[in-house]
Amino acid sequence: MNKHYQLLIIGGGPAGLAAATTTAEQGVSCAVLDEQPAPGGQIYRAIESIPAQRAKQLGSEYLRGKKIAAAFRESNAEYYPDTKVWSLNKEREVGILQNNEANIISADKIIVASGAIERPVPFPGWTLPGVMQAGAGQILFKSAGIVPDNGVVLAGSGPLLLLLAWQYLHAGVEVKALLDVTPLGNHLTAMPKFPRALLAHHYLTKGIGYQIELKRAGIPMLFGVSELRAEGEDQCQRVCFKHAGKQKTIDSELLLTHFGVIPHTWLTQSADCKHQWDDSQQCWRPEHDEWGNTDIEGILVAGDGAGINGARSAEHAGRLAGFEVLFALGVISQAERDKQAAKDRKWMQDERHIRPFLEKYYQIPKNLLATADDKTIVCRCEEITAGEIRQAVRKGHDNTNQVKFYTRCGMGPCQGRQCSNAVAHIVADETAMPVEKMGHFRGRPPVAPLTLEQLASLKKDALS
Amino acid sequence: MNSDVLIIGGGLMGSSIALQLAMRGCRCTIVEKDSPGRHSSGVSAGGLRLLNRDPAEIPLSVEASRMWRDIESLLGSDCDARFPGQIRVAEDKADMEKLEQREALVRSLGYEHEEIIGKKELYQLVPALRPGCVGALINRTDGYARPYHALTAFRRKAESLGVKYCSSTEVYNLRKEGEGWEIRTSQGTFNSDILVNCAGAWANNISTLLGEPVPLTPKALMLMVTERLPHFVDPVMGAASRKLSFKQMQNGSLIIGGALVAKLDFEKGKTDIDWSQLAESADTVVSFFPQLKDVRIVRAWAGIESFMPDNIPVLSESQTQSNAYHAFGFSAHGFQLSPVIGKLMSELILDGRSELPIQPFHISRFN
Amino acid sequence: MFKQLPLDQPDSVEIVLNGQSLQVPKGISVAAAALSNQQNFTRTTPVSGKKRAPFCMMGVCYDCLMIIDGKANQRACATYVRNGMHIDNQEGVGPAMEGISNE
Repeated sequence: MNKHYQLLIIGGGPAGLAAATTTAEQGVSCAVLDEQPAPGGQIYRAIESIPAQRAKQLGSEYLRGKKIAAAFRESNAEYYPDTKVWSLNKEREVGILQNNEANIISADKIIVASGAIERPVPFPGWTLPGVMQAGAGQILFKSAGIVPDNGVVLAGSGPLLLLLAWQYLHAGVEVKALLDVTPLGNHLTAMPKFPRALLAHHYLTKGIGYQIELKRAGIPMLFGVSELRAEGEDQCQRVCFKHAGKQKTIDSELLLTHFGVIPHTWLTQSADCKHQWDDSQQCWRPEHDEWGNTDIEGILVAGDGAGINGARSAEHAGRLAGFEVLFALGVISQAERDKQAAKDRKWMQDERHIRPFLEKYYQIPKNLLATADDKTIVCRCEEITAGEIRQAVRKGHDNTNQVKFYTRCGMGPCQGRQCSNAVAHIVADETAMPVEKMGHFRGRPPVAPLTLEQLASLKKDALS
Repeated sequence: MNSDVLIIGGGLMGSSIALQLAMRGCRCTIVEKDSPGRHSSGVSAGGLRLLNRDPAEIPLSVEASRMWRDIESLLGSDCDARFPGQIRVAEDKADMEKLEQREALVRSLGYEHEEIIGKKELYQLVPALRPGCVGALINRTDGYARPYHALTAFRRKAESLGVKYCSSTEVYNLRKEGEGWEIRTSQGTFNSDILVNCAGAWANNISTLLGEPVPLTPKALMLMVTERLPHFVDPVMGAASRKLSFKQMQNGSLIIGGALVAKLDFEKGKTDIDWSQLAESADTVVSFFPQLKDVRIVRAWAGIESFMPDNIPVLSESQTQSNAYHAFGFSAHGFQLSPVIGKLMSELILDGRSELPIQPFHISRFN
Repeated sequence: MFKQLPLDQPDSVEIVLNGQSLQVPKGISVAAAALSNQQNFTRTTPVSGKKRAPFCMMGVCYDCLMIIDGKANQRACATYVRNGMHIDNQEGVGPAMEGISNE
């Protein structure tokens, strides 16, 4: 590995791989730093090693990853798997951890493509063993062929729920129910966006197709569900909720939930990139232009880590960032960049047609985002409840960071990844202020686990 | 807005001074350019240290130490303060000599709080320490508290006595109005009889406006905190000749400090971690406690502090203007002093003199 | 909660999970191994001692912390099984450190 590259790409999902392939093709020295052991990110996880039969059960979108990974492998881009990135600064110095050794390397340009995480939405019982995020179910399936053995309840709001139900159906898993918490009113508020969504109709027809299959298979799908909670002694034993005016219960030792995905911004935040609150996507994301340039010179973002637009968009965004880097490094002219990027720009616009509709349709209601039940744990690491957060606000700690200092929310091992959004929403709710004024937790490095010994190993050959 | 006293800076010092003044009947307003505790007070490691202070600070620190042991009666909160003692470890004979000289110096000033201990007692106190160390200097009554909770407690008490905090209020200009002051800020004009400069790393902006600039250097110091660990050390740890400073907090995590300087862009208020220095610090910790090698760092941060060239604060009335006072420049060791600073500044302001010897801290030493 | 679907190439490794010797497929994560071998929980929390199990499976929740080959606080979802690996549920902050006599 070199100490310096023309381009470093952080993340091995579709955006990172596409960016690497694009730039390496035109001679730029670039390396992809991937925390996973093989390319694909989360969406195409295990794409290279997955047995054919299992791949089929995952659906045709998943198989797209094969070509992307193959093109990447064929390119001259260097690939460093099992590499954790723990810091990034505006001088484009990257702290990495490989084989228990820490190092700082640098690049002329950096593309951060660290993807998305499940939107963490606290609800009563969400910390019980047996309650997991839907993405976790997908990862177990993709990377290890592991599926629920005593049935599963799926709950939440978002296209991934439908996809997972369909995948489980094809893998012979008992899906006890799909509980959709999308407010019924969303159908109406999303209607104005529907005509544009038809321009990306393949998404819609796919979704409808899944629903029909699930219905035919007799899987109960309940809509307009509310008051979701998991209950049990020491582990999930039943899922309770309200539907059609009645309280209902389903016995289940496993509940997988999904409330949309949000950009994983911990690296860009700790690098001090400017972030903005996206009201439609209900998330913080790094500010960037259409090529992915952030407010920090030489640092670009691409893919779902920049804003949620899905896997196909991530590919295009990766290529756009790649073309921009080629231009910025003087390898191609601006005119050449615009020419080479024309197709991806068009495709990306096409992919975006579905987004306003999806975002409106799957908008998570405020009472879920700003945890209503006082006894629900919001900060999983430090076990701080929604009630304690509200109390802190009433005592005058009226922004996200002050709540963090006072309650210790966000000071645990996950560094606030699972609680930061909920804290911001709760504080906004208590103060009757907009969420964007609340601030997100001030991101602090190291953003990946780094031990004292590993950090000490840095001084052996630190950059001077 | 009219008040008796206007204090610039809503950190610990500003709050402590406001509290003591309010306890004596003054109407106080605090203007803070960000939010209270946003800077030095919010990034403190929380050390309550009398050990190894500059001789000029010792009398203040002794009184502060007494106040911390009874902080609940002043603030209505114990700030989660603990007093397991603090030590500086000697690794060899040369270290030991250095510490013995220090002990002698402190004794010569009439104080007994710094004590040499030998190898046996050292290992009784810190059994987890790696073998081979020869002794230490200890202050048995030192400890630590939680800085944000302390600030909150000061603020709560001050507000209950009528002190007003104005956040997001940056001072642009000052003007003498008769014997009092007109202060122009980003949120309008304030008037007061008395002005107090507690603006921390930005205090020189204020003292310059008063016609008495000082050689204040803002510096960013770095801290790291680890994941929670099983309890393994009681006293706060330091070393005689290496940069070591850490304590195990109430919840089991370690806070590691030690005068480690980060990169700072003061104009923008932005800091950048210097990893090679933190690597040095991590190496030192592991060399004293090898069993900590696999402990994970959960976050590292740098906070902006105000440093004076002689590493002791400025505490005095203004040299150039009547009815103006200074309390800044605590050079990254102000937390422990905060209760007593309020007391002595309120005495200076209201009685014209303090009970404690504050001559060494006079602003005139910079002319 | 979970089970292993039959695979085409059942290459396996031997691990010791909570004292039990097991054969698990090569290349899976420790968390996957635990979840598919009757482990209902993988740690108890330092704050309240409540039971937890893996939650996100992608390294961003830190709820799957286990003791792996003697090291505490290891993310089980980000660690892959190896022959002879010893894995234990983590209780609270983990086992006492070397050199403690005062508790």
